[in-house]
Amino acid sequence: MTGILLYASLLVPITGGLLLVAQKDSPNTRDVISVVTAAILFAIVLSFYPAVLAGDTPSVTLAEPIKGLGITFTVEPLGLLFATVASGLWILTTIYAVGYMRGANEANQTRFFLCFAISIAAAIGIAFAGNLLTLFVFYEMLTLATYPLVTHKGNEDARRGGRIYLGILMGTSIGLLLFAVLWTYQIAGTLDFTAGGILEGKASPTIALILLTLFAFGTGKAALMPFHRWLPSAMVAPTPVSALLHAVAVVKAGVFTVLKISVYIFGIDFIAETGAGTIILWVAAFTLTAASLIALTKDNLKARLAYSTVGQLSYVIVGAMLANSAAIAGAAMQIAMHAMGKITLFFCAGAIYVAAHKTEISQLDGLGRRMPYTFAAFFIGSVSIIGLPPLGGAWSKWFLLMGSADAGQWILMGLLLLSSLLNIAYLMPIVGRGFFRPLPADEAARLPAGTIEEAPLNCVVPLCLTAAGCVALFLFGDAIYNYLQPILSAPEAPAADQ
Amino acid sequence: MLLVTSVPFDMIEQLPAIQLLLTLLAAPICSMLRNGDLSWRIATAASWASAACAFAILHQVWGGGSISYEMGGWPPPWGIEVVIDELTAIILLLVTLFGALVMTALRQSLTSIMRHQRQSLYYTTFLLCMASLIGITITGDAFNVFVFLEISSLATYTLIARGRDRRALTAAFRYLIMGTIGATFILIAIGFMYMLTGTLNMADLAERLPQHHDNKVLHASFAFFTIGIAIKFAMFPMHYWLPNAYTYAPKATTAFLAATATKVSLYVMIRFIFDVYGVEFAFGQMQLGTLLVPLSIAGILVASLTAVFQTDAKRLLAWSSVAQLGYMTLGLALLNVNGLTAAIAHMFNHAMMKAGLFLAVATMIYRTQTSSLASLSGIGRTMPWTTAAFAILGIGLIGVPFTAGFISKWYLITGALDKDWLPVAILLIVSSLMAIAYIGKMLDVMYFKPAPAEFAEVKEGPMSMLIPCWAFALLTIYFGIDTRLTAGLAERIASSLLGGS
Repeated sequence: MTGILLYASLLVPITGGLLLVAQKDSPNTRDVISVVTAAILFAIVLSFYPAVLAGDTPSVTLAEPIKGLGITFTVEPLGLLFATVASGLWILTTIYAVGYMRGANEANQTRFFLCFAISIAAAIGIAFAGNLLTLFVFYEMLTLATYPLVTHKGNEDARRGGRIYLGILMGTSIGLLLFAVLWTYQIAGTLDFTAGGILEGKASPTIALILLTLFAFGTGKAALMPFHRWLPSAMVAPTPVSALLHAVAVVKAGVFTVLKISVYIFGIDFIAETGAGTIILWVAAFTLTAASLIALTKDNLKARLAYSTVGQLSYVIVGAMLANSAAIAGAAMQIAMHAMGKITLFFCAGAIYVAAHKTEISQLDGLGRRMPYTFAAFFIGSVSIIGLPPLGGAWSKWFLLMGSADAGQWILMGLLLLSSLLNIAYLMPIVGRGFFRPLPADEAARLPAGTIEEAPLNCVVPLCLTAAGCVALFLFGDAIYNYLQPILSAPEAPAADQ
Repeated sequence: MLLVTSVPFDMIEQLPAIQLLLTLLAAPICSMLRNGDLSWRIATAASWASAACAFAILHQVWGGGSISYEMGGWPPPWGIEVVIDELTAIILLLVTLFGALVMTALRQSLTSIMRHQRQSLYYTTFLLCMASLIGITITGDAFNVFVFLEISSLATYTLIARGRDRRALTAAFRYLIMGTIGATFILIAIGFMYMLTGTLNMADLAERLPQHHDNKVLHASFAFFTIGIAIKFAMFPMHYWLPNAYTYAPKATTAFLAATATKVSLYVMIRFIFDVYGVEFAFGQMQLGTLLVPLSIAGILVASLTAVFQTDAKRLLAWSSVAQLGYMTLGLALLNVNGLTAAIAHMFNHAMMKAGLFLAVATMIYRTQTSSLASLSGIGRTMPWTTAAFAILGIGLIGVPFTAGFISKWYLITGALDKDWLPVAILLIVSSLMAIAYIGKMLDVMYFKPAPAEFAEVKEGPMSMLIPCWAFALLTIYFGIDTRLTAGLAERIASSLLGGS
């Protein structure tokens, strides 16, 4: 039964996508199919929880293209967390996208929703990958499926963005990631994700250091500097794409890959003993500081959010490289917390574009009073990203700080705190402008003061829900921590005996 | 397999001969008919029938069997022996199946460039070429290899020379000169071996040659053979004839030549090295590896880089072929199971992908009449299905997962790592990035550049060409997931070739 459900989790989005194409002449049916597909997928993903909570890791093998190496899917806690985040937010994004795409009059909506569905299938494939080969296969599929979304507008800008996008993501994945995968296979003789890792005792510390560095840089989707350029370029895509894919599915697939490789290929203890993460730890620390500084200089709202994402992703990498249980917990939580926060911010950016056709931060003066729900949600999302209670983001930042303290990395701790300050500096002024600056004179004259002029309901409801989600995640912090417990105390976990 | 069980038993025994005769006899019939359409039907039927034979033969030897057949009932060494094992069977399938697919698309492709009566002669030549390639593959007689090699070369020169462009004549002539040099070298090599051993049967040769391992004549024979066959399969830097020949060969013909001719020559090389000269002699005493490894790597890098800067679609793909042949020779030179598996699987996979790519380009040319990249811009909008097939095949060539190309590349790099040749593995990765560059360049032009005014209204390609294109594209994906027929078989072949040494 779980086997069928596992296949279904991949097939449902694709089937939904194909149904969309068949229904392309009636937009209403098409959009209903989108939402229903997303809901079914979410239900399937949730249905795995009882088994995983009981310590099971259901697994199926689809085919064996290379002798001894299958396309295998295995559900384990970390992957299930990522799948839940991606599929759950997909529902909201679909509802939002319907409103946005109609509101903004985008062309080729059927192709848009089809590629979107394939991307989600690929993200689920990454989440449930049972070995590195499977993960790599779906990682590449995700790149290719999102490419038409990035170039959706088809103009010169979109084309240039698409070229950078494909060039960096394919270049790093084939040039570095594939190489690291093959090398690992050669050393370990297997690529299965195994609790406690597969490299211990087989790779010398030097090789482990090189391999982990290759893996982290090779996962271009994790947007470590200097391979982060694709993410700002991808912002030429319509906002729902930026929201779900470039704040959640694609980028989280990247850091999830790094985290999963750290936990299940290297093993937390092995990284801690050999110091294999040293180089990447400091690259990530540099990235999260530098990206925040760059975000400060951006006036385009989506560009600022993109650089903010680059920075926030590196928190996950930092957690994975610190390799102690608090840090890993922080890293895993950051995947969920940042997803919820950042999707809220992107939803807001899209709503502002649809309702007021504004894209630059300097144009937002006084808009908060016209769009109070949107700006309130933006405020909540920002605070969660910064990492203050009572919002979800507080937990991940807290565990990461604890993790760096445990590892005795005081400089790093300082950098993390500095970065939080920088987060305040680049996010809060946006809310401030909206609420406290007066509207420009011509705008104020157009409508009487106090008039509310929000985006369509389809756009506003999802963003309010995700903002509420940020609050809810704060309340469930403890539950998530307990849920992650099996991967934190690795070696005797049941995943080893499959 | 339904086919095998429903034919009488003694017919199965005759399959190798039937397969060869089908194409060999259909050829003169076509030439006498003087009717393009009818000839095409006969030729297509004959090639599909021989593809079916290839399937049946593969089924018979599947799992490590081998068939020995005496032509005309004459036992070797007097008569000609046909020897078929798994390696032979997979190459047979490659030649006949891909040949039949191209043949199916050929009629539409030819209508615009030659008169009706002439077409039947073209099909004759095509069939002869196919028959001779089958002959090379199945024969167990060294001299016979040379004979069929000559037939195939002569047929190929004719096929290329029929190109619409005048430059096709010089391309064919250039190939003629190079090909003749190669064939002569091979003949000299076989002559020397005959001189030493008094036999031409490959199995007998393999038995008697070891006692001459220190004989200078055998060394000379090996040198002549290596250079001769290297010219035939266009190993860098003896690839000089290939880009022009592929560029100017008419329409879908290129798809057939790119898929089969070089692969069969490479097969001959593998056959001779492992089953005639012996791997110990070739790689140990004669140090073939020192020649193959650097040349393969140089070929991969130089040809890939050259491909990036081409402005003609067919020429670009031709240069990519030179690079991909480098992958195969490199896999061979690695001389371990993974490397050899990669070489054999890539022969099949590359034949499939490159035939599909050339066929897709031929379909585009059918509408635009020119293969320059500039004239193909924006074709993704006017011919979406053709371009989509092209994109899938191109992605396969890059070696993206879920495509056949990924499987071959995986084995090749694993093979390099097994040898601890880290730099080689890195260079292979670099060459993959170059493949992204040249395929990406084509897709970029096809999908994003605005179409030139005169081609803004071109229609989608005809069905008879689209279906074979998509067959190649879907096979590329299929063999990226189910690899029992490609890598699985290749791995068995590789272990048995290496195990025998």
